[in-house]
Amino acid sequence: MSTETIAWPSTTESSSSFVEKLHEWVTTVDHKRLGILYIAYALVFLLIGGIEATIIRIQLIRPHNDFVSPQVFNRLFTMHGTTMIFFVVMPVLFGFANYLIPLMIGARDMAFPRLNAFSFWMTAFGGLLLYFSLVGANGLYGAGNAPDVGWFAYAPLTSQTFSVGHSTDFWILALLVSGFGSIGTAINIIATTLCMRCPGMTLAKLPLFAWLNLVMAGLVILAVSPLTAAQIMLLVDRYLGGHFFDTQAGGSAVIWMHFFWVFGHPEVYILVLPAFAFASEIIPVFSRKPIFGYPVMVGATIAIGFISMSVWAHHMFTVGMSAAANTFFVISTMAIAVPTGIKIFNWLATMWGGKIEFKTPMLFCIAFLFQFLIAGLTGIMQGAAPFDWHLGNSYFVVAHFHYVIVGGILFCLFGAFYYWFPKMTGKMYSETLGRLHFWLFIIGFHLTFDFMHIPGLLGMPRRIYTYEPGRGWDTWNLIVTIGVFFQAAGILVFLGNLIWSYFRGKPAGDDPWDAWTLEWSTNSPPPAYNFYTVPTVQSRRPLWDLKHPDDPDWKYE
Amino acid sequence: MVVFALLLYSVVKFRKRKNDDGREPPQVYGSNQVELAWTIIPILIVVALFMATARVIASVQKAARPDNAIEVVAIGHQFWWEYRYPELGVVTANELHVPVSDANHPTPTFIKLLSADTDHSFWIPRLGGKTDLIPNHPNSMWIDPHEAGIYLGQCAQYCGTQHAKMLLRVYVQSRADFNRWAQEQRQPATVSAASQGQQIFETTACINCHTVAGKVATGHFGPDLTHLMSRDTIAAGAATNTPENLRQWILNPDAIKPGSLMPAMQLSDQDLDALTAYLETLR
Repeated sequence: MSTETIAWPSTTESSSSFVEKLHEWVTTVDHKRLGILYIAYALVFLLIGGIEATIIRIQLIRPHNDFVSPQVFNRLFTMHGTTMIFFVVMPVLFGFANYLIPLMIGARDMAFPRLNAFSFWMTAFGGLLLYFSLVGANGLYGAGNAPDVGWFAYAPLTSQTFSVGHSTDFWILALLVSGFGSIGTAINIIATTLCMRCPGMTLAKLPLFAWLNLVMAGLVILAVSPLTAAQIMLLVDRYLGGHFFDTQAGGSAVIWMHFFWVFGHPEVYILVLPAFAFASEIIPVFSRKPIFGYPVMVGATIAIGFISMSVWAHHMFTVGMSAAANTFFVISTMAIAVPTGIKIFNWLATMWGGKIEFKTPMLFCIAFLFQFLIAGLTGIMQGAAPFDWHLGNSYFVVAHFHYVIVGGILFCLFGAFYYWFPKMTGKMYSETLGRLHFWLFIIGFHLTFDFMHIPGLLGMPRRIYTYEPGRGWDTWNLIVTIGVFFQAAGILVFLGNLIWSYFRGKPAGDDPWDAWTLEWSTNSPPPAYNFYTVPTVQSRRPLWDLKHPDDPDWKYE
Repeated sequence: MVVFALLLYSVVKFRKRKNDDGREPPQVYGSNQVELAWTIIPILIVVALFMATARVIASVQKAARPDNAIEVVAIGHQFWWEYRYPELGVVTANELHVPVSDANHPTPTFIKLLSADTDHSFWIPRLGGKTDLIPNHPNSMWIDPHEAGIYLGQCAQYCGTQHAKMLLRVYVQSRADFNRWAQEQRQPATVSAASQGQQIFETTACINCHTVAGKVATGHFGPDLTHLMSRDTIAAGAATNTPENLRQWILNPDAIKPGSLMPAMQLSDQDLDALTAYLETLR
C-alpha cells in the first residue's frame, strides 16, 4: 500500500437544504455522482420507452386492432427504438463505467472531471430535445408530434418532401447533441484507463471490466463520429439545399444506410461489451473462481472491437449489393462469432468446478449466458445472406435483436444493478424482491421474444401498425403481448426494490460479496476521494491477495 | 446444443451445497490447450458455414436469365405497387400476375425494382427472399414459382404512414391463363356510351392521378384503372373490390386506409353513385 495519504473534508455532509443539494448535484464533477445521474436518467427513460413498447404491443395484440392510429404507432416505434438505444442503454452503461472504472483502477476520479459533467449534460439535453418534439415539432403554435421515421431513419423518408414539420429535426438534433456527449465520455474513459491506473496495475492486471469498457470507448469514437457526420449532412440536406441523400436530385439513399450502419453495428458492440464487462466481474465472484483465461478474454475483446467495424452491411443484404460485397459481409459477420464464442466458453469454464452462489446478480448472468447463446445462433442464421433475404426486416429480426439487447444486455444490467447497489448506496437490496423480479422478467422475456421469432418466419414484416387475419400470425402476437405484462411487472418490482432498499435496506458493509476488485476495498458508498490511500496492486485480484496472503494470485500470473 | 447442455450441467453440478465447508474452490486461471480447442473448432465451423453460404449467394445473384423469362418492372409508391410488363405492353397495379414455371420449361419472372418516392421492399415469403426498392438505385430479383395459386406478401421496408397496408398479391397462373389475362389487360378501356359517371371522372381531380387507357385520363401518381374490375382488391389489398368498398374508398379513403395519399373526393351521394357505376364498367 502506498504511504501517501490525502485527506480533505467530505463534500457529502456539508449541505442541508434541498436547493443546496440540488445545486451540488447539478454542478458536480464527481465521477460517482455523475455515474448515478446517468443511471437515474436512464431509468426514467427506461420507464418511458417501456410504456411505448407496451402500447405498441397492445396495438398488435390482435389483427385490425385500433388502439392507436397508424401515425401514432409509427411515432411510438421510432421513439421506442431511439429512446432505448440512445437514452437508456448507452447512458446507463456510461453511468456504470463512470462510477466503477476509477474505483476499480484505484484512481480518485476520471481523467477529465469537467468534460465528464459536460458529457452527461449533453446526453441529458439530447433526450429532452427528442421529447420536446412532442410539444414543438409543428412549431410552437400548435400541437407537436414525435419523429416517425424509424430509429434508423432511412433516406429519403427524412427529406423535407416526406417529413414535413420539425419532428425529424428534433430527432437529428437529439442524436447530434447526445453524440457529442458520448464521444466526450469515450475520450474520458480511454484517458482514465490508460493514464490513471494506481501503482502496480499494468494493463495485464487491469480488471476485465475496465478492459471491456476501454474497447467500448474506442468503438464509440470510431462509430459515433460517422453518425454525427451523417446527421449534419442530413441537416444540410433539409435546410441548406444539400443533396447527399436527396434522391430526387441525384442523391443516394444507400449512402445513408452505409453511414447509419457503420455506426449502427459497432453500436451493438458498444452496448454489449459493457454487458460482457458486468458478466466478467459477477460470474467469477459468485463462482468463487478467477476468470478463466484472462489473456484470451482480453484478446477476444480486442478482436470483437476490430471485427465489429467490418460487419455493418449485413444490415443491408436486401438493398441489392453485389454478390462479392454480400459474400464479404457474410464472412466478417460469421467471423465475429469466434471471439464471442470464446467468451461464452470462458465464462462457462469459470463456473466449471466453482461453488456457484445463486444470488440475484448471478441468476441474471446465468440467464444472460443462455439467452446470449440463442441470440448468437439466430445472429449467425441471419448472417448467412440468403437466410437474411427471407428474414431481414421481419419480426424474426426484431426478436433477434431484442434477444441481444434485452436477453443479453438488459439481463447483465440488472445483474450489475443488484451487484453494485450495495456499493453505491451502502444498503443491501431485498433478495426476495430481486428473485421475484428475476422470475417475472425471465417468464415475460421468453413469452415475448421466443414466440416473436415465429410470425417473422411466417412473413410478418416489422413496423406494421396492423396486420391481416388469416396469415397464421394472430396467436403468436397474442402470446407476445401477454409476455409484455410480465416484463412490466418485473420492472415495477425492480424499481420498487431499488427505492425500498435505498430507504429501508440493511447496511451492506464494504464488501458484501467477498469480492476481489478494488472498489470493494473502500467504504460503501465510497467517499468523494474514493480511497484513503492510493492502493498498490500486485495482481488482477488485489483483494484476493489481501485475504489470502498465504496463496496470492501474483504467484500464478 | 452442446454448449447449452454444458451450461445447464455446470449450473446444477457446481452450485454451492448446503454443507459447504466455507473454503474457496481450486483457483484455476486458464488452460492454453482448452482455449485453443474452442478457438479452432468454431473457426472450422465458420469456414464450413461460409462456404455453403457463398455458394448459395452466387447461385441466386449470378443466375443466368433464360430467353423465355418474363420481364416485369415493379415500381413502389406510397403505398401501392405499380407493375409494367414492357414486353407485353401491360400496366397494372398491386396484383402481380405471372405464369407458372416448371423444371422442364422454366419461365422465371425477372423483376426490375424501382421506387417513385421512398424505400420499399418486395417480399412474397413463399416465392423468394426480399429485395428493396430504392429511389435512384435500380434493383432486380427473380422468382420461379412452380405451383399455381395466390401468394400473399407485403412491403417489408418502412415507407411511411401506411406501410402496413401496402399489401402484395401474386397470381401464379397456367401459361394459357396468363396469356389470356395479358391479352385482356392490353386492350384499352371498352366503355360503350359516355356515362354520367365517366363525365364526373374526367372533369374532377381523378384524372390528375389515374389513367384509363384510351380515354382522357392519363395521370400517373395513382394506380392505372383501365381494368380495375379485373382485380380482386382495392387500395393495395386493404379492401376487397366490391361496389360498397369502392364507394367508401372514393368517399373517405381514411376509413379504409388512414394516411393514404388518395384524397377524399367530396362528391354528392348522387355523383358518388354515378362514379362508382362508371368504375364498375372498367373491366
